[in-house]
Amino acid sequence: MDLTGFLQQLANGISLGSLYALVAIGYTMVYGIIRLINFAHGDIMMMGCYFAYFGILMFHLPWEISWIIAVVLTALLGVLTYVGAYRPLRRAPRISALITAIGVSFFLESIALVVYGGRPKAFPRPHVFDIEMNIKGVYMVSFTIWIPIIAGILLVGLIYLIYKTKTGMAMRAVATDLETTSLMGVNVDKVISITFAVGSALAAAGGIMWAVKFPQINPYMGIMPGLKAFIAAVFGGIGNVFGAMLGGFILGMAEILIVAFMPQIAGYRDAIAFSLLIIILLFKPTGLLGESMKEKV
Amino acid sequence: MEALLKLEGVTMDFGGLRAVNNFNIEIRKGELVGLIGPNGAGKTTVFNMITGVYVPTAGRIYFDGEDITGKSTNYIISRGIARTFQNIRLFKELTVLDNVMTSFHYQLKSNIFKAVFRSPGYREEEKRMVEEARDLLSKLGLLEYEDFIAGGLPYGQQRRLEIARALATHPKLLLLDEPAAGMNPQETQDLMDFIRMIRDEFGLTIFLIEHDMKVVMGICERIRVLDHGISIAEGPPEAIQKNPKVIEAYLGEAEE
Amino acid sequence: MERELILQKRKRLRIALNVIFLALFFLFLSKADDFLDPYFIRILNVSAVYTTMAMAYNLVNGTLGQFMLGPNAFIALGAYTVALLTMPVQKKALAFIIEPLIWPLNSICLPFLPALILAGIIGAIAAYLLGIPSFKLRGDYLAIVTLGFGEIMVVLASNLISITNGALGLKDIPGYVNLYWTWGWAFFTYFFMRWLRTSSYGRAFEAIREDEIAAEAVGIDIKKHKLLALTIAGFFLGVGGGLLASLLGTIDPKLFSFFFTFNLLIIIVLGGLGSFTGSAIAAFIFVLLSEMLRSVESPMNIGPFHIPGIPGMRMVVFSLLLIFMMLYWQRGLMGRKELSWDFIIDRIYPLKGVKDVGSATEA
Repeated sequence: MDLTGFLQQLANGISLGSLYALVAIGYTMVYGIIRLINFAHGDIMMMGCYFAYFGILMFHLPWEISWIIAVVLTALLGVLTYVGAYRPLRRAPRISALITAIGVSFFLESIALVVYGGRPKAFPRPHVFDIEMNIKGVYMVSFTIWIPIIAGILLVGLIYLIYKTKTGMAMRAVATDLETTSLMGVNVDKVISITFAVGSALAAAGGIMWAVKFPQINPYMGIMPGLKAFIAAVFGGIGNVFGAMLGGFILGMAEILIVAFMPQIAGYRDAIAFSLLIIILLFKPTGLLGESMKEKV
Repeated sequence: MEALLKLEGVTMDFGGLRAVNNFNIEIRKGELVGLIGPNGAGKTTVFNMITGVYVPTAGRIYFDGEDITGKSTNYIISRGIARTFQNIRLFKELTVLDNVMTSFHYQLKSNIFKAVFRSPGYREEEKRMVEEARDLLSKLGLLEYEDFIAGGLPYGQQRRLEIARALATHPKLLLLDEPAAGMNPQETQDLMDFIRMIRDEFGLTIFLIEHDMKVVMGICERIRVLDHGISIAEGPPEAIQKNPKVIEAYLGEAEE
Repeated sequence: MERELILQKRKRLRIALNVIFLALFFLFLSKADDFLDPYFIRILNVSAVYTTMAMAYNLVNGTLGQFMLGPNAFIALGAYTVALLTMPVQKKALAFIIEPLIWPLNSICLPFLPALILAGIIGAIAAYLLGIPSFKLRGDYLAIVTLGFGEIMVVLASNLISITNGALGLKDIPGYVNLYWTWGWAFFTYFFMRWLRTSSYGRAFEAIREDEIAAEAVGIDIKKHKLLALTIAGFFLGVGGGLLASLLGTIDPKLFSFFFTFNLLIIIVLGGLGSFTGSAIAAFIFVLLSEMLRSVESPMNIGPFHIPGIPGMRMVVFSLLLIFMMLYWQRGLMGRKELSWDFIIDRIYPLKGVKDVGSATEA
């Protein structure tokens, strides 16, 4: 492979990595705050895509408006899943919550199938993302540049939220010690809801841009990216937002570059991701940036 | 006479925190020794190291002449140490009888197929296990509850059951972690008689963590005091009661 | 001793009732071919196979209490084993059009029973190998890792074309199974599980579920016992897969996706985690419900009204069912209890005390 080819794949990897990072953050934030692996997170992302799609195609809204509304709606959907399915199980063993999350995941997929239909739909790509470019021989479509930029802006916004606002402080406090934080008068329920909202909003953003990059959407489109984003979150250190970003980027790059250098194992792409997960969990379950937790006897 | 249990220079670090520092003790066969100290002194950590739940950062643990430092918990149990827990850890959804029977499992000779298909050898073993379990329950005054679900028992009986389950592993050394926790004065008195009884009946050596001074002073022959992971005193109950360092350690706790 | 005597009498009565029940049931099966609709026979067959698989799965998730999400891996292995070993050599040669089937599989053709047993053994070995690294983890992480293994298995099945024929799958798998095979295995599995649970090993498994640390403190080797339970489950899941392959006649990698695990999960939760009879009942309900909902998915004509089909309604119903159960009905149908003859036996030879079937003394 020559230099231009490599740069092309690198650009691909960065944009894919940004998408994984956006989705991975939602996983890691929810896990950090209530120790739940939100199985349904990938499907939340899928819903974001469909909301945007219908906004444009059914309500004929300008794409900017449609996207923003979709993100807001998805955030609300995320909060709804928390209030409806996870909050009632706050005191139950974690496995119950995990099973419920699996149920929510399948539910979202099956409702999407029933309501939207199983046939894949073509996601309308706004013109600004559709410009073909040629930079010193490296050929790419403009979304490849836009995606990391938009992701970057959102991530900066998130960092600001978490570290420079009172809400963010509350989120960090609840993630550290839920009991004590609630004893100090913080409305823990509201904080958790906000966490779900933010995580889902980011997933929606990630999903919409995923649809820009891969314009075919279907009810099951969230499964693989969701799982991979989860793996990225674990890899980076589950519960750690920076870890999720780092993990997302690394995973995206690795996926593109490995297949680019070794096309014969392309079919095993997904297995590679899962193997990575298994290896991390066995050898360094806290991931790159996480902390360990021991059980008290 | 060689000690049954010997801890030499045992230290436990958790990251930057030193929970137990250079702990030494020798317990001889038949003794009833107490381990006391303010909350967080490291007492349960000592028990956890003896039973293999934690591996000591430094030091050695010898039991019955064998170095058991860092060995697996189930191996240590098979060598003859049993324990109870501060917050009772019964198998709540199993019956009282089943709880005791679990202790016989590690001693089972039949393999899983013989067990499932009820070979004559297995049936013989099972029969003996049931007999012995019921005998034990009877000695501990729990036989009438044998078919009851363990989680439904009154608190005092749950404590007894946990001890019964520990005894069923045929230990030489029994570690009791705050057996009197949550008991009223009458129950505490019963417990003291109970502990004395099992020590005599089963020929046990007992090492006991306790906060209730009545129990400690009442039944322990020798007491060791731990504060912030360090051994600060040892002696018979009368001496410990008057020991200024001990008083200060506990008063210091009251002040905090 | 009085108690001894009562227990003996209860046991004899139970054995008698079981024998009578089995005799009647198999008599029913023998007549089934004559007077039952082939559609209903299929439902019975599928229910039996799902029962076997659900009970095996329940051993790990329910009795042992270790939540794993990878049973589809062992089922797939079992299915492909039976398919590849029982298909006639010529059929295999015809089927493998992209890449030829490797030796010795391309020239072997075995009778059903050895193939089925081998399916179980391969499932057991795979379970053992998977368990060794997996059981270093607990809770959520164990679930995710086992899910990962399940997914890897599907990827392997799709890519190892010279063994599995990849996405094309395998057709014309000989249909050796009949009601005797499926229900025979279902009952064998049931009694195996039941006897296992009421043995010392079953107590050890339940102890691990109740409190791992306490289980260690009574001398139980946790790692060894977790592996034991998983290996046994792997055997029966492999057999289930083999039965399924022979029943369906056609298999492909997509059949064994996480979706399959999800279905088994619903069944064991519905039946009650830890109850084998619960799993059996739930498996039957699940298969029945699936069939009934399938009719909702295709268009119906009721009198003058044409109701368009709603494809995908099955999954909506099942996922809602799972969520509902987790929120309001976690015990499921049977909780941890087993459907037993106790309602009869208790009347005739009562035993005092509040107890649960499956105790040490009642086998």
